Amino acid sequence: MQLNDKASIRRALAAATCTLLGSASQTSHAEGSDEKWRVDTSVLYYSEQDRVTVVEPVVFLRKTTGEDSFVNFRLIYDTMSGASANGATPTNKPQTFTSASGTSTYTTPAGKTPLHDFSDQRVAVAVEWDKPVDHLSRAIYGINASTENDYRSIGLSATRLRDFNDKLTTLTLGIAGSYDSVMPIGGAPIPMQLMSAAVPSPAGGEGDEGEGGKTKLVADAIVGITQVLTRRALTQFNYSIGYSSGYLTDPYKVVSVIDATGATLDYRFESRPDIRLRQSLYWKTAYHFDHDVMHFAYRYYWDDWGIHAHTADLHYRMELWKGAYLQPHLRYSTQTAANFYTYSLLNTSPVPTYASADYRLGDLTTTTYGLKLGIPVGRTSELNLRVESITQSGNGYPADAIGIQKNYDLFPTINTTVVQITYTGRF
Amino acid sequence: MLARPLFILLTLLTLSACTLAPVQPWDRDLLAEEKMQLIPDPVENFIDEHIYFSKEGASGGQGVGGGGCGCN
Repeated sequence: MQLNDKASIRRALAAATCTLLGSASQTSHAEGSDEKWRVDTSVLYYSEQDRVTVVEPVVFLRKTTGEDSFVNFRLIYDTMSGASANGATPTNKPQTFTSASGTSTYTTPAGKTPLHDFSDQRVAVAVEWDKPVDHLSRAIYGINASTENDYRSIGLSATRLRDFNDKLTTLTLGIAGSYDSVMPIGGAPIPMQLMSAAVPSPAGGEGDEGEGGKTKLVADAIVGITQVLTRRALTQFNYSIGYSSGYLTDPYKVVSVIDATGATLDYRFESRPDIRLRQSLYWKTAYHFDHDVMHFAYRYYWDDWGIHAHTADLHYRMELWKGAYLQPHLRYSTQTAANFYTYSLLNTSPVPTYASADYRLGDLTTTTYGLKLGIPVGRTSELNLRVESITQSGNGYPADAIGIQKNYDLFPTINTTVVQITYTGRF
Repeated sequence: MLARPLFILLTLLTLSACTLAPVQPWDRDLLAEEKMQLIPDPVENFIDEHIYFSKEGASGGQGVGGGGCGCN
């Protein structure tokens, strides 16, 4: 830290004071301990080529309510429009799809990947109370809720952080639970039912909530340790476990039913297990060079659906001049497919209990390149702009493709552009 | 199933911490900088978590209490 003016000296003293009080947990409010409010306002533009576009204004507010005590508010508004792959494979004829209730249809031209048009809005709010319990412990309690046309979620969370070892080590324990409701537009289809046989689903079935609605419960827990390694290095290890129970199927996804020539005969509504156990090991480290800072994270994820994923994430913040910075971002993630993932179903094979052609459950590689420019505004505020490119790809020409399926890309690459502009103010 | 690798991990971490010279409170100036926080930009981190939660089969790892979505 260069002490080249009085403001820098004041900030350094504030930082030093804060560090004497602070801990390895580094809960994102180290500098500027005299601030009353921190406001982050952001607009995200997310656009998948030929698919969905999302515009998302976000406001985060943090109010200092007392010595080392904070209340965090989050407000997010998403508008989504465009198209999403419905899981069916391309074929040599136009394909017409019907909703579960039989009330709406859409058609995909021959040779094209079937996409389902949709538009939705989502509002999400969250409040967190972050306060010391004693001179070595903090507690964070949160509540969050979101609503969209066909989905609602409400959740609670509690995290406890405890410092040890002269505040060089912090142990984190956290739990969270959420209760989600899905109200599929067009009704909730009967899993694995042929689309040609779909009729309006009767109300009041198992797991129903009124108009074909379904529910799920999600519980998560985390245990982690954060360690100051040197004056310049900080590291964190987390183990997370999550359990989901209830309606985990995507009501808008189908699987093509094909014959021995690869021709599409019909579609089955997808079916997923109603339980999912997720686990992950997460390691993150931050290193301070003379001026620049690097963050590196690696996660190994596995679940009982058969997905195993390796994810590496690197941010390198390069200081430019007068507080401005440039930050390249690289992220690479590769996952194996869920054991019930399939490109299609053969009409002569027995109907499986579970099947999904959702690319997000397939063998999938995601690569992200990003760049962020941050510019200080006044002494305590910042404006930043980031642009990222996300590429998601898989095996479009699998060896076990049948007949005319070999003529088509069964796993088209998805290219996404992300632009985000953020203003952070401290008052 | 996980108890053993977790125990080994925590033991290694504890041992590594013991072998390092302790960082004194007056030497924690760099660690106190906002850019050295484990999550230096909460909004960016929140948005990225949401994007990848929506578009990949794997999720989580950093914390608890994100919030759900239909995620078409």
